[in-house]
Amino acid sequence: MKLSDLTNHAGEWLRGNGPMSEIVISSRIRLARNVANYPFLSKCSRVQRTNLEHKVRDTILSAQISSETLYVDLEAAPDIDRQLLVERHLISKPHAQAEGARGVAVSKDESIAIMVNEEDHLRIQALRSGLQLEEAWDQINKIDDALESKLDYSFHPRFGYLTACPTNVGTGIRVSVMLHLPALKLTGEIEKVFRAAKDMRLAVRGLYGEGTEATGDFYQISNQTTLGKSEEEIISDFKHVVVPKIIDYEHHARKTLLNDRTTALDDKVCRALGILRAARLMASEETLFLLSHLRMGVNLGRIKDIDLQKINELFLLTQPAHLQKLKGKKLEGDLRRAARAEFIRERLNGQ
Amino acid sequence: MGCNMKCDNCTKQATVHLTEIHNGKKMEKHLCEQCAAQNEGVPVKGHTPINELLTNFVLAHSGLQKETGAACEGCGITWAEFRQAGLFGCANDYTSFEKDLTPLLQRAHEGANHHVGKVPTRRGGTGVPMKKQIDVAKLRKELTKAIEGEDYERAAKVRDQIKQAEG
Repeated sequence: MKLSDLTNHAGEWLRGNGPMSEIVISSRIRLARNVANYPFLSKCSRVQRTNLEHKVRDTILSAQISSETLYVDLEAAPDIDRQLLVERHLISKPHAQAEGARGVAVSKDESIAIMVNEEDHLRIQALRSGLQLEEAWDQINKIDDALESKLDYSFHPRFGYLTACPTNVGTGIRVSVMLHLPALKLTGEIEKVFRAAKDMRLAVRGLYGEGTEATGDFYQISNQTTLGKSEEEIISDFKHVVVPKIIDYEHHARKTLLNDRTTALDDKVCRALGILRAARLMASEETLFLLSHLRMGVNLGRIKDIDLQKINELFLLTQPAHLQKLKGKKLEGDLRRAARAEFIRERLNGQ
Repeated sequence: MGCNMKCDNCTKQATVHLTEIHNGKKMEKHLCEQCAAQNEGVPVKGHTPINELLTNFVLAHSGLQKETGAACEGCGITWAEFRQAGLFGCANDYTSFEKDLTPLLQRAHEGANHHVGKVPTRRGGTGVPMKKQIDVAKLRKELTKAIEGEDYERAAKVRDQIKQAEG
């Protein structure tokens, strides 16, 4: 498997057919782990860092975490490839921009990605379509077991799995769901979500996690507490308390739009589709904004001839690195915006 | 505050301004750098970066100053360095700075300071047999349950078992 095999389609998790996928784009679980008897990365020498990367890479590849696993050496990879992996949510922005020996192992369906030498020695991620936290946990738990049978993890009887930053210590787990909340945004009630999240000690972030703003009405909600609560408790809270509550808010807002503001709703949706089908220059932020409205229109049955998977793919493939990979050349400024507009027109008109 | 104020102790320009409250009475002191360093123990250096100044100030007032000198045997970082960077240098820091770390963890993790959840089956380089760790984690859960259920007799028993297991 090569990195280029990923470029022209979306990963499993963007199929758009998981449970609750009209609101929940994806479920993600990541575990932070460190290898015993090595310093954390900020205190690793170059040699230690390189040895660690080799050791962890060999362990992952011999543990057969999936039927086919791609390992990308990020120190050697060109910028565009690292950017592509960020756009696909397989590595973090800091991991793309860091220096020194580091990498990522990706399963063929992209449901598993293991970052090596990010903030912790290992950051294992399971990513699935829609609301599938328990399935993600089952999968990641097995992979964690498989790796642990070959690696000594840093563990403390009182503090649990030890991490470079104590905000992750304990279970080392970060559970997050990516939500599409266009109706709450349109009705001006998105504050409700922020308040609910704050009450439950959850963080609300943008499309690419820490330090990113919410764009295209996508919000990532994740736990902050990692100590004193088991993995199952955290996941269960998400599944039974947090997510249903927010889904309920969004459903309610969608109903209000459908019943009381039908014309305004259709105007938003049809305008978005009209621009996407006709524009000749498209900036990435405008694309996100318009695709968000289009996605809402499809979900609410206002548009019937476009499916969710196509829209999800457009979100992914119109990003800068993907677009440049697809076109096979470096594109900047108006050239890139023109290529994006053309790509969208082809996908939306040619059916 | 005037910008050409003289030091209370000598004739140099006062650059350190202190407000102290003694028995409800507010007292202001204006000192030059040297007098401040000598008389008040205020750590003033030539060009101290603002974050270091703040760290020193916070540490001086939280009674943690003594500990900041002690560096971790494993990676050599001090508590102050950790507070500045937000990252530990090695696993041993959790043991070296356990005392200072506890209140911090409680703030970050809803009052918790004990791990509950998955435990690796191998020894994880801690030298502590995992079986024992599993038992303690399980006991701790039991303890929480007993307290929540107001079964204090049971809670006391479990607490003693934890103490015994932890040696």
